[in-house]
Amino acid sequence: MTPPRKKKMNLKQRYALMTRGLDWETSYQKMDDVFPYDTFEGIKITDWSKWEDPFRLTMDAYWKYQGEKERKLYAVLDSFAQNNGQLGISDARYVNAIKLFLTGVTPLEYQAHRHFSHLGRHIRGVGPRVAAQMQSLDELRHAQTQIHTISHYNKYFDGFAEFPHMHDRVWYLSVPKSFFDDACSAGPFEFFTAISFAFEYVLTNLLFVPFMSGAAYNGDLATVTFGFSAQSDEARHMTLGIEVIKFMLEQHPDNLPIVQKWVDKWFWRGHKVLGLVAMMMDYMLPKRIMSWKEAWEIYFTEAGGALFEDLSRYGLRVPKYADIATDEAEHISHQNWAIFYQYTQAAGFHTWIPGDDELDWLSEKYPNTFDKYYRPRFEMWREMEAKGERFYNNALPQLCQTCQIPMGYTEPGDPTKIGFRSSVYKDERYHFCSDGCKDIFDDEPEKFSQAWLPVHQIFQGNCGGADLSDVLKWYHMDQGIDNMDYNGSPDQKQWDAWQAARKKVAG
Amino acid sequence: MAGMVSITLQNNDEARPVIESILHDNPNANANYMPGAVKIDCPERLVVKAESVSERIGRDWDPQEIHLTIVSMGGSLDEDDEELVLSWGA
Amino acid sequence: MSIDIKTMNVEPKRQTFAHVARRLGSDATASRYEEGVYDLQATTHFHYRPIWGPEYWTFDEGRTAIKMKDWYVFKDPRQFYYGTYTVTRANMHQTTDRNFAFEEKRNMLANIDEAWREMIVNYLIPLRHYEWGANMNACAVSDAGYGAALTSAMIFTTGDRLGIAQILSRIGIALSEGDGELLDQAKQAWMEADAWQGVRKAIEDSLVVEDWFEILLAQFLVMDGMVYPLVYNHFDTEGQKQGAAALSILCEFMVDWSAEHNRWVDAVVKNAVKESDENRALLSDWYGKWRNIMSEALQPQAAMVLGDGGEAALNEVCEQLDARASKLGLTL
Repeated sequence: MTPPRKKKMNLKQRYALMTRGLDWETSYQKMDDVFPYDTFEGIKITDWSKWEDPFRLTMDAYWKYQGEKERKLYAVLDSFAQNNGQLGISDARYVNAIKLFLTGVTPLEYQAHRHFSHLGRHIRGVGPRVAAQMQSLDELRHAQTQIHTISHYNKYFDGFAEFPHMHDRVWYLSVPKSFFDDACSAGPFEFFTAISFAFEYVLTNLLFVPFMSGAAYNGDLATVTFGFSAQSDEARHMTLGIEVIKFMLEQHPDNLPIVQKWVDKWFWRGHKVLGLVAMMMDYMLPKRIMSWKEAWEIYFTEAGGALFEDLSRYGLRVPKYADIATDEAEHISHQNWAIFYQYTQAAGFHTWIPGDDELDWLSEKYPNTFDKYYRPRFEMWREMEAKGERFYNNALPQLCQTCQIPMGYTEPGDPTKIGFRSSVYKDERYHFCSDGCKDIFDDEPEKFSQAWLPVHQIFQGNCGGADLSDVLKWYHMDQGIDNMDYNGSPDQKQWDAWQAARKKVAG
Repeated sequence: MAGMVSITLQNNDEARPVIESILHDNPNANANYMPGAVKIDCPERLVVKAESVSERIGRDWDPQEIHLTIVSMGGSLDEDDEELVLSWGA
Repeated sequence: MSIDIKTMNVEPKRQTFAHVARRLGSDATASRYEEGVYDLQATTHFHYRPIWGPEYWTFDEGRTAIKMKDWYVFKDPRQFYYGTYTVTRANMHQTTDRNFAFEEKRNMLANIDEAWREMIVNYLIPLRHYEWGANMNACAVSDAGYGAALTSAMIFTTGDRLGIAQILSRIGIALSEGDGELLDQAKQAWMEADAWQGVRKAIEDSLVVEDWFEILLAQFLVMDGMVYPLVYNHFDTEGQKQGAAALSILCEFMVDWSAEHNRWVDAVVKNAVKESDENRALLSDWYGKWRNIMSEALQPQAAMVLGDGGEAALNEVCEQLDARASKLGLTL
């Protein structure tokens, strides 16, 4: 027997052999026919082999680690359900943040899964293609683990049961839906820039780190477990995001202006969508750990600052309007909560006026703005409520053509004046909430003029009828159960009954 | 502030030896604890050494096991059999 | 303060999500599989036409000529959602890993007779490229397909085929005692050897097929339906005669995987055929087309490995596939 002469390969060499060699230059069909979508955007790639794989996971390692994470996660979910974990949360108002999560975020995870499959098939380089395939799997994981986590809440609380139906129809859910539709209808490199870089790398920490930590603080062991477990995949996604950007910028100088335009666009789109998370953090967590503004400072100003400083060697600059977005971090959660409070009759979760201690917390966290602009309004609404004159806005709002959020945002530097912009395209006038949204439209008017704007659709009679009750029926929202204030809701009655029973049991 | 890299890990039993190793091997690192997680910031460069973690757990630790506990990161990552490195400008 | 939960009235308001209850026919307890796939894909009110292909919406039933009233009849008999999928594969691969460790320690592959080792490099290792083609086709269906039930199963298959390609790579590395020489040699065979060109052409042709259901049928029923039994059954049996039992053990993952995956393939094809005569006619046409392409493409392979016995083996494989197809309702 000849003595074994093992050549020890390191991780990089091994991964390269196991993965890189798999593809080939097709000859029976043209490469451009096999990969028809990765050139039309104008991104020039001269050498796909220059792609660096940040994490070198082979499929067996992927199964091993992901399987282990899943075993742990589902053990927590089983125990949460068996022990009626919903009784241990800080307050039932908290559950409304989870409603927004399931109806607004989970369907996006699914969309991300499908479109990473698109990239996993259609990107020419084998390195990014494998990374996209794994991300497609991960995103499906996130959609399904979120559903499985929230499944238990659905059994005890309203507002969850119709989440896919609502996502395709409800007015405020068209904000996240159109965001993702925008990315999926773009070319593959724009999608990478939009989702892997602008969203996953620059912005997603804002959703998954402080919000999930907040879930832990509010006693929701199930949500924090799926949240952090999902984040462990996110670290891989972030490395993909930064790698894509560097790769495009290193491949050809002509790519820089295209990439910069996308970074500008998707930073602004992401900032607007995350306004919903801002509201979840500042208003919907009964026990708060960090304000939206603080989170913005840590995760955008600091982390994003270091990132863009690093990328400046390629000529990439900080996204356009980053300063305005940072300024808006002082306002966005308050303005969004005010919008939902006014339109609570058409929302699939409950609203409320924060209690005194909560208003005090907001005053402390937002010393520049809260007492001056927002606290008086909430206090006035509270007084009206006490007098039996709870304020409802019964006029349908005008929506921004780009971000689709009702036009309630104020001018940069003047929080007393609502911002309005407009553009004319093919003899039609389109309206926007901000310069950022107007710029995006002006660059792609043919695309953004197609938007399925919920308010327009209601007026055109495409949403079940002209009355609110017709529209709610069409949304599959039960009047007085899924919508309206937390006070007086079936959720509240049940929670109070549980609390009373606990007191009694505890003696 | 310039060139700060970071790694966020779950704050649980499995991650603890990793957190300890990082803090030991990166004297300039600073740990910020929050419910359920810990964010470790470090100027310029942060290294996770497999050897350090292995010493603490009494078996060989594969740097890919980081996938089980990582929550987030800032910086460019490089991974090999011995260590994970986060840095800028790589 | 300890709380005795049993004494409290904590009754659920509902057992499952409303869309799941509608599918189950009542508000009954649903499985994680059901809650994890039913109606997950958006169906309406898309905002923008894809600029990379404006003729369809992002998710569009029109991307295939197959028509279904309900795309969620394509339930996975394995009931795979991500958690059950990864745990199942992790367990399967643990066995594979142990087998590799056992054989690598004893250098068992390197000790296979030189001539047959050469044969393995020619017939088995180039299949890593075939698997990569299958990976792309699975990913294409996961991308363009309709309904979360079908497309979620296809991203799992995407991962499976990458995993199998990597097992084959690992066999190639083990055969060359630890480097990539044989992988290069096998790639050259895939690109240039006459015996492989039919299969490579079939794969490349499938990569440009526009109808995703045709891709599904061509790759997972027809191509796999011939390649797997020919390679992992007939070729492997021949290998055992040549003293390559060590190789059979390393291919066990593929044998088990294929048996499992075929249950899914059969369920999908059967349901699509059952739906309408139009579907049956279309699927039968596709079946005939790809069956003829593949039965011809594999002839030089069969001859190379089995010599005079090649024709009989290939005929047997084709007959078995035809029998399977008829059972699924396809017209031959």
